[in-house]
Amino acid sequence: MNRAKLSDISLRFRHVWFRNLITYRRIWKVNFLVPLLEPAFYILAFGLGFSGLIGRVSYAGMQLEYTAFMAPALVATACMWNSFFETTYASFVRMYYQNTFAGILATPLCVEEIIVAEIAWAASKAMAAVALMLAVLIPIGYANFPGALLCIPLAFLGGLAFASIGMFFTGMIPSIDMFNLPIFLFITPMFLFSGTFFPVSGIPEWAGVFSLVFPLYHLVELTRFLCIGTMESNPVFNLAYLLLFTLVFGYLALGAMKRRLIK
Amino acid sequence: MSIIEAQQVVKRFGQFTAVNDVSFTVERGEFFALLGPNGAGKTSTIRMMYGFSPLTGGRMEIFGQDISKDWRKIRSRLGICQQENTLDPDLTVVQNLLLYARYFGMDKAIARKRAEELLDFFALTRKQEAKVAELSGGLARRLQLARALMAEPELLILDEPTVGLDPQSRHQVWERLLALKKRGLTMVLTTHYMDEAEHLCNRLVILDQGKIIAEGRPRELIIKYAAESVIDIEGPSEELRKYVKENGVESDDLGDRIIIYTEPRGELESRIREEFCMESCRFRTGNLEDVFLRLTGRGLRE
Repeated sequence: MNRAKLSDISLRFRHVWFRNLITYRRIWKVNFLVPLLEPAFYILAFGLGFSGLIGRVSYAGMQLEYTAFMAPALVATACMWNSFFETTYASFVRMYYQNTFAGILATPLCVEEIIVAEIAWAASKAMAAVALMLAVLIPIGYANFPGALLCIPLAFLGGLAFASIGMFFTGMIPSIDMFNLPIFLFITPMFLFSGTFFPVSGIPEWAGVFSLVFPLYHLVELTRFLCIGTMESNPVFNLAYLLLFTLVFGYLALGAMKRRLIK
Repeated sequence: MSIIEAQQVVKRFGQFTAVNDVSFTVERGEFFALLGPNGAGKTSTIRMMYGFSPLTGGRMEIFGQDISKDWRKIRSRLGICQQENTLDPDLTVVQNLLLYARYFGMDKAIARKRAEELLDFFALTRKQEAKVAELSGGLARRLQLARALMAEPELLILDEPTVGLDPQSRHQVWERLLALKKRGLTMVLTTHYMDEAEHLCNRLVILDQGKIIAEGRPRELIIKYAAESVIDIEGPSEELRKYVKENGVESDDLGDRIIIYTEPRGELESRIREEFCMESCRFRTGNLEDVFLRLTGRGLRE
């Protein structure tokens, strides 16, 4: 059985990270529009169409406008989508269709380093997307300045968490169209039930417990705290959960990918 | 010290044994081939050589170091041209080379110079800014070879380097490989093209079903297992059959064809030419394909 060998991981992984960067530079001019426009669309849609229906939201003892409540969650979900998609679809294409990983394995690099690089790259991409979103949200008053800037390093940690579980799925899934399964069973419920569109405190306690399992819940809480200065949970606990989630799924991803690639 | 020393190497995938107790050595400056049909265990052997696949049994030493322990040190001195196209399709030709140098931790200025030399050597200079996705099969293969040579390897490993190429591209690749051979580079090649092995290599092993069934220099093998001269007779007459049987001529009777193994310009050859070549006879020199087919049989394998 091939088990991940952590002692083989060296800083050489940065070369693979760099590979992804120069490949991405080709298409960044189109891609960077998404994080800029996405929050604008959401806030416009919810602000114009939705807030009239629901008025204000009670959150952590405050009465917030619906768009103000939701805007930080958009930052957190963008972090999730960016990193999760990178280590699922994009990594799968590199691994399976482009033989990129096999090519790198003919050089003085090992599978563990490639996987660490993929995860770190996905987290970097998520971080860049969050930085761009803040460039929209801070000027229009949906995120505090300068406190919200801490969302950028936070997005790296959140990105690592989602990238790790994405990579784990990539190591397990037989074909690329099977990604529908983890997206449908994991990402979609997480997207909806992580205090993104309504506060978790407002739903029955038994349902709230499920939210606690989702890494997105913890990231949304932390992002909201940094953007509007208030939160319903304990930031230390949220950070610890994200870190633990990253370590567990990062390790599982290394093992799954090693078993998949090394025959 | 040998460049490669494979001792009783075994590779199993579950119940299936892909490589079964294979031993060979490769010396510095040799051009060595692993020859065999599809599924003979060539690629599995190659993958164990550069530490891509772990060995199930036995020992593989490259440059006198154990591949299972010192894989990183070994790989930094290897150039590997894999069977699949592993180039980065989104990057340009020159970017592919420079990126590869980075994986080896090469100095940037040296890498740039090296890339220039290799582009020139493989006649790719005019294409250096082209996207890899736009290259033809032959160009892509030459680029993959160039890339394998970026870090100035001491051993070049080539897994089916000309598979799927047209004759021009194939000869282009051969020409470059022979030039590298002249410079004294140690190379290992896998192929199922017998003419390729014969044309390029000093020494080879023939693999079949995971085992080595013959080893030697191409000419030695031809003389030992086939013959220097071969007569291929289509639609043989009964007299010929009788003659072959009575005189104990070394031959293979394939029903509608008889293949006779003989010496060049010998008595047997002239006899057959005069007496039995009424219809269609082909006189040619023996080759590795004869060796191969004689050793592994002519039936369909899969």
